[in-house]
Amino acid sequence: MLRYALKRLGSLLISLIVASLVIFFTLEVVPGDPASFMLGINAQPETLEALREELGLNATKAERYLSWVTGLVTGDLGISYTYRSPVSEIVAERLVISLPLALYALILTVVIAFPVGILAATKRGSLTDVAVMGGTQLGVAIPNFWFAMIMVLIFAINLRWFSAGGFPGWDAGFLVAIKALTVPAIALALPQASILARVMRSSLLDTLSEDYIRTSRAKGLTKRQALRRHALRNALIPVLTIIGLQLSFLLAGAIIIENVFFLPGLGRLVFQAISQRDLIVVESVVMLLVFAVIVVNFLVDLAYVWVDPRLKDRT
Amino acid sequence: MSLLSISNLSLSIHGTQILERVSLSIEPGEIHGVIGESGSGKSMTAFSVMQLLPDGATCSGELRLDGQDVLHADEAALCAMRGERVGMVFQEPMTALNPLMTIGAQVAETVLIHENVSQAEAMRRAQDALERCELPADTFPMSRFPHELSGGQRQRVVIAMAIALRPKLLIADEPTTALDVTTQAEILSLIRKLVDEDGMGVMLITHDLAVVSGLADHITIMRNGVVVEQGEGATLYRDMTHPYTKALFAASSHQPDRTEAKADAALLRVENVTRSYALPRKAIFGAPKRFVAVDNVSFEIKRGESLGLVGESGCGKSTLTRAILGLEPLQGGVITLDGSPVLSGRQADLSVRRKMQVVFQDPYSSFNPRHKVGRLVAEPFYLLGRTATDEEIEVALTSVGLTPSDKVKYIHEFSGGQRQRIAIARALIIRPELIILDEAVSALDVSIRAQILDLLADLSKRFGLTYLFISHDLSVVRSITDRVLVMKAGKIVEEGATEDVFDTPHHPYTQALIDAVPKLPDLDGIDIGRS
Amino acid sequence: MRNLVLGIALTALFVLGALVSFVWTPYDHTVLEITNKLKPPNGDHWFGTDQYGRDILSMIMVGARTSIAVAIVAVGIGIGLGVPLGLTAAAWNGSVLDEIIMRSNDLIFAFPSLLIAIMITAVYGPSAFNAIIAIGIFNIPVFARVTRGAALSLWTRDYVLAARVSGKGAARISFEHILPNLMNLLIVQGTIQFSLGILAEAALSYVGLGAQPPTPSWGRMLAESQTLFMLAPHITLFPGFAILLTVLGLNLAGDGLRDLLDPKLRRVAR
Repeated sequence: MLRYALKRLGSLLISLIVASLVIFFTLEVVPGDPASFMLGINAQPETLEALREELGLNATKAERYLSWVTGLVTGDLGISYTYRSPVSEIVAERLVISLPLALYALILTVVIAFPVGILAATKRGSLTDVAVMGGTQLGVAIPNFWFAMIMVLIFAINLRWFSAGGFPGWDAGFLVAIKALTVPAIALALPQASILARVMRSSLLDTLSEDYIRTSRAKGLTKRQALRRHALRNALIPVLTIIGLQLSFLLAGAIIIENVFFLPGLGRLVFQAISQRDLIVVESVVMLLVFAVIVVNFLVDLAYVWVDPRLKDRT
Repeated sequence: MSLLSISNLSLSIHGTQILERVSLSIEPGEIHGVIGESGSGKSMTAFSVMQLLPDGATCSGELRLDGQDVLHADEAALCAMRGERVGMVFQEPMTALNPLMTIGAQVAETVLIHENVSQAEAMRRAQDALERCELPADTFPMSRFPHELSGGQRQRVVIAMAIALRPKLLIADEPTTALDVTTQAEILSLIRKLVDEDGMGVMLITHDLAVVSGLADHITIMRNGVVVEQGEGATLYRDMTHPYTKALFAASSHQPDRTEAKADAALLRVENVTRSYALPRKAIFGAPKRFVAVDNVSFEIKRGESLGLVGESGCGKSTLTRAILGLEPLQGGVITLDGSPVLSGRQADLSVRRKMQVVFQDPYSSFNPRHKVGRLVAEPFYLLGRTATDEEIEVALTSVGLTPSDKVKYIHEFSGGQRQRIAIARALIIRPELIILDEAVSALDVSIRAQILDLLADLSKRFGLTYLFISHDLSVVRSITDRVLVMKAGKIVEEGATEDVFDTPHHPYTQALIDAVPKLPDLDGIDIGRS
Repeated sequence: MRNLVLGIALTALFVLGALVSFVWTPYDHTVLEITNKLKPPNGDHWFGTDQYGRDILSMIMVGARTSIAVAIVAVGIGIGLGVPLGLTAAAWNGSVLDEIIMRSNDLIFAFPSLLIAIMITAVYGPSAFNAIIAIGIFNIPVFARVTRGAALSLWTRDYVLAARVSGKGAARISFEHILPNLMNLLIVQGTIQFSLGILAEAALSYVGLGAQPPTPSWGRMLAESQTLFMLAPHITLFPGFAILLTVLGLNLAGDGLRDLLDPKLRRVAR
């Protein structure tokens, strides 16, 4: 187990290094000089040179990559070209919105999908199953940002149950903040929950047709007992993979949904940064999200071993 | 009153008739063999007793277990019955256990479901059941997971689950079909022992007449959902009346009509061949261990000869097959066909390969489902660097008993036996000298198997073919080979003329292997008829 | 079967709309008619007009071209590169080549298409072309994985061994025996990626990383409706339904095709 974890940790580090290289050098090929962009076309050569020095633009590419990576590790992400303040501060400020939003949506996804998927599988072919399959088919097809707009239209404008957007900040109290994130999280979660419920259902149906389920029934287990004691944990293995993938979609989705609800998260930050060519911010946000995705997949790999004893020996 | 009495049981699934007026009864302490080929309904009879039938199944007739009306019992009563009064053992031990649960917990579950006992007590009883199935705690602790056990050991766990509560009836559905012959003998004697200890009745379902002979007290023979013959185990073989029973019996002990080879020149020569693989590293430091699949093996096949290679799963016979075909690099030794090595460097020498072909075990995965038979059969022509003519394809198909028009069909239009004929046509089409038959008849029903063996004997005579016949099935090897090699753990442990090896085996392993083979009663003096 | 028919009908409706828009639309979608702005659906404008007085039905028809084109090309990139990579990885399973291909796949998987689009846009600026590249790159590992997984199981079939005995090499076997037996799977996966491509294009255009004005796009129509949809919900509803129904149609068609092409899966699904 420890060996396996170390091996996976090794490949996690390699992935992170390669990802940082890809991100850094993709954004390095950008045409134009950020310093002249910031100062405008009429800038004095001396001021321009001073700014270039300040931003570290005069160093070689390798030096700049190394200093960027060192910064990533130590938490010093450099100074934003446009905000003129440390990137780590700006990002941290926004991260406390985007990350909770994605996690909140992930929790909702799992909480909705598991019971629905299990119900559909156990009542396979029934009216409930047909309704679940139809409903999830719709859920998979809905663009989440449009779904968010429709929810605003119905609940905020027509029914006036909540305000149409904005975020009061965590200082306003946990419940108040969570309330502001609830509708965005639902909008994010429902399409993903539809996918997960379908995966859960089909994985459970596959498992229920396995030989060992028949064995357990021959022992005298009822269908329900066989499902609970044998099928569920086996069915979880493919479901875990999908949950791992979904977190990356939820993080990306959070960036988009923030637009609908005027949430000052990473999404708004990165789109502003793009339009202002503030590449150091773009670099940092993308790296942060990729880091999150890679770490989640690492955790999913560890979870496999916890679920499936066969992997302990095979690895 | 019988322990199990089935009378006029009919079963249909989604309107298709599966069983028709099946009647049989089992007494306590009796082993009742139910025999039939695929599609005979023997397994469905077993599942009817458990009432674990597929959706859409409807039963009629009467089925009583220990007096209880099973067909009209509700689900709760059936759950109470399963595991408590009837236990069941299945064919495929590799998939019959939950991979995520320890064997102890799985056996204990049978106890926990039916009796209101503590977890510790259930585990103690599970240990007890495992011990009775000869899985002692010191070598097989209950904390083992299924993947840590061999097929035979897993089957013992399944049996332990089935007998943990000492049921009155045990249903065993092809319990040894997936196992090696020595393991099969052990499992069968375990079942016998449990019957003698507990006095339970056993329904033993199998396709293999030899398995039940000498073991079953009663025998029922089924075909297409109907019981064709029933009788005492000791006398049925003498008293059988139904033509199907006779045909089945004849096919099981079928001896193809073949002439012995007299040639003396060696065609294939295997000299000191070793093939080993690196195992996955267990320790971080040190060189990885190597697994020696084929260990310094030498033998030769003479032109026109039929040589048998027998051994249990994992003995290295498949690796050896691939090595002969030049599909495996060797760590030592050399293989030559007609004087030329099959490998040139690490690559196979295709000019040598032309002289040999192979027929595989599984008639279902041997053919690309997207190609027509004509193209499938002609594939070996790639070795000759040209395509087959229509005539060559037609000749190949006709020589294996198919018609020329079959070449435009797809493979799914053929039965298992016909597919095996097509596989033989594919092997034959470029007129190789050596054909390797890798378990080529193992997946077939006995009556089809007899036909294919006849075909092979006939082709060998007509085309002067040399066969390397690889099988785990000793009785088949005995019927079709001149000489035999016995392989164990990568080594050839015995070699000799087939009759000599079977009659007077020298190596202890060969003796064990031959002892383990279930035998049909001697046929001398009985007219079983030929159909 | 019912699903398949419904799915194909829905998909065909939008493909037809896109094709017809090349020769005819009810109104010219580029003409602004401010006096006629934000009209709810009526006899002249079936789906109403937007804040510049443009006919929404015409814009949806033209927007379908963008969505469909982006998704098709992106799936093409995924199949064109992912399938050969997957076949190669499977044919030389366990080799260094396999390891490199699969590790690179894992790496791309860590970049959802939105992140790829953000990076490309930061460098080259937003455009429909860049959206195609972003979605297409993300499709490569999807097809490579699916292909490799299925190909690996096909490589264990005896007919592959028979082909090797007949002297055929890995590349020829991949082409003759593996690829044809993967077709069903690729058709189904292609349909799924097609629908995901339409969703991704809509999302990218919505945040301004996709098609740029004046190229109409469903996602941008939604973005432009954002400040006004409280006043005139129809400008949000119609483009949204266009996306929803197209994706739904493709998904239904994909499920139906899977059932039709793979009888084994059909039994499980029922």
